[in-house]
Amino acid sequence: MSSDKGFMFNWVYTEKVKEHFVNPRNILEDPDYPDDGKGMVGSMACGDQMMVVIQVENDKIADIKWKTYGCASAIASTSMMSEMVKGMALEEAYMLTPQDITEKLGGLPEHKFHCSVLGDKALRAAIDDYLERKGMDNPYKKHVARIVCECKGVTDQQIEQLVKDSKVSTLEQLQSETGLGTVCGKCKEQAEHMLHEFLHMYGR
Amino acid sequence: MAKKLVYMDNNATTPVDPEVAKTTMESLEFYGNPSSMHTMGREAHDRIEKARFLTASLVHARPHEMIFTGCGSESNNAVINLLFSEELQKSRRRKFISSVIEHPSIHELDSMLKRRGIDVVRVPVDKEGLVDMEAYAQALDDSTALVSIMTANNEIGTIQDIESLTSLAHDHGALMHTDAVQAAGKIEIDVRKTKVDYMSLSGHKLYAPKGIGALYIRSGAPFSPFLLGGHQESGRRAGTYNTTGIISMGAAAEIALKHLDEEIKRIGGLRDALEEGIRERISDIRVNGHPEHRVPGTANISFLGAEGESILLYLDMEGVQVSTGSACATGSLEPSYVLMETGIGAELSHGSIRFSLGRFTTAEEVDYVLDVLPPIIERLRRMSTL
Repeated sequence: MSSDKGFMFNWVYTEKVKEHFVNPRNILEDPDYPDDGKGMVGSMACGDQMMVVIQVENDKIADIKWKTYGCASAIASTSMMSEMVKGMALEEAYMLTPQDITEKLGGLPEHKFHCSVLGDKALRAAIDDYLERKGMDNPYKKHVARIVCECKGVTDQQIEQLVKDSKVSTLEQLQSETGLGTVCGKCKEQAEHMLHEFLHMYGR
Repeated sequence: MAKKLVYMDNNATTPVDPEVAKTTMESLEFYGNPSSMHTMGREAHDRIEKARFLTASLVHARPHEMIFTGCGSESNNAVINLLFSEELQKSRRRKFISSVIEHPSIHELDSMLKRRGIDVVRVPVDKEGLVDMEAYAQALDDSTALVSIMTANNEIGTIQDIESLTSLAHDHGALMHTDAVQAAGKIEIDVRKTKVDYMSLSGHKLYAPKGIGALYIRSGAPFSPFLLGGHQESGRRAGTYNTTGIISMGAAAEIALKHLDEEIKRIGGLRDALEEGIRERISDIRVNGHPEHRVPGTANISFLGAEGESILLYLDMEGVQVSTGSACATGSLEPSYVLMETGIGAELSHGSIRFSLGRFTTAEEVDYVLDVLPPIIERLRRMSTL
């Protein structure tokens, strides 16, 4: 059934998300783009994959380009992130959180927040890669670590790294590897949630 | 603002046929309670019985074998409820068999059934969505109480061989239910031929308004009312008759039966043209479902390297209304279980779009989709990490 009167769109997303989805900024189009660092997170099998390349000048992000396989909020959040960090100092860019990006987008539906905002992780991976290529220590890493298990002092970064290295895929494995949640057990639920997010993110 | 609105989501729900809508409006006059003995009550009652005859005729059932419900899901739930009837409890048959691609109103009852002591077996399907007959035959035994397998699948449109499935179930003394919500009015259905014991139907997939369903209960088949506390539907479903819904469904069934052959050809032709056009214009695609045993209006297509929700929303901007099996559209991290069960893999499932054509789809609309779709896929693939 069709009508020629036209109709207004009614989406679950904000105008800002819509705008970035329809006109995404800074997409990588040049196959020979000379990057100083490159990061890739997610997997196509999980429904979201993101690649970020950066050029660095004077410890600042001089330019950023990206590619994304994913839903509207994945595309819009990567696009927004790329606008936010251009010209930003590496350290500041490294601290960028999914909340920062989501806020700029005017919010995202609850179920979209965790699975589709991967831009900050891809960017961090690109900065990691840049520092590695330069043979530099990563001075930012410790700043963004957050303690998940207070009893054993296990951080979100530790969990992320273990997932990244395919060392853990279940809560039990995480517990035997780090001792997380083996004392008071208060953090188990949160840790399991986080574990699943990282598994999703890294396509494990 | 889109210039044009193209509705290609008829498997989700259909628009109300203007002819049906006329009947719907007229039915509002018959507000007397069909259970009342006065003239107004009797008038409403007569209209309902006429609608019952028309609805039953669509599937070659007898009128008293058809009861009206609130929706297809209620019909399905009512049949599952049989497993807890005195009759079946006494028979010591505790097994329930269904397929892995059933509608959620069957699929999601599994854990409840298991908790209540039912032995649940889900039979796998092949790559085209057909039930694995060998596994089915193996699952069937003399402890099987009930089998429920859908006639046609909502996502991929694959049509099962209900006649053979029923015959095998009956060989073991099991009762057979089929959810024909996605098949009624789209393909020829004859309960006398397939010999099913129960069949679910829904009005809003048949160009009637939402909020009306029906359930075929073979004359002589056991039944245990799901909704209790009223004499309506000969004690098989309590609750004041939904006069407007029932009359509308009857009108919809009459139109569907009258135009069935012609619609199978016309809608099937449009679907084939859409698929052919997409194949010609876009590389790296996969048509899901069975190439032949498929309802005429359903085209489920996976686009490699383009994610379903993004395709859906870019199509929406062109006014084209479709569905996707991508996880991102469901709010979970898992893509469509139907597509996953056919074994095409997560990547192709995330990139799947269901175009479901219907009575009001035109050749111009198919051409329009063929114009706007290729640039969308190309654009998404260009920005994709693929």
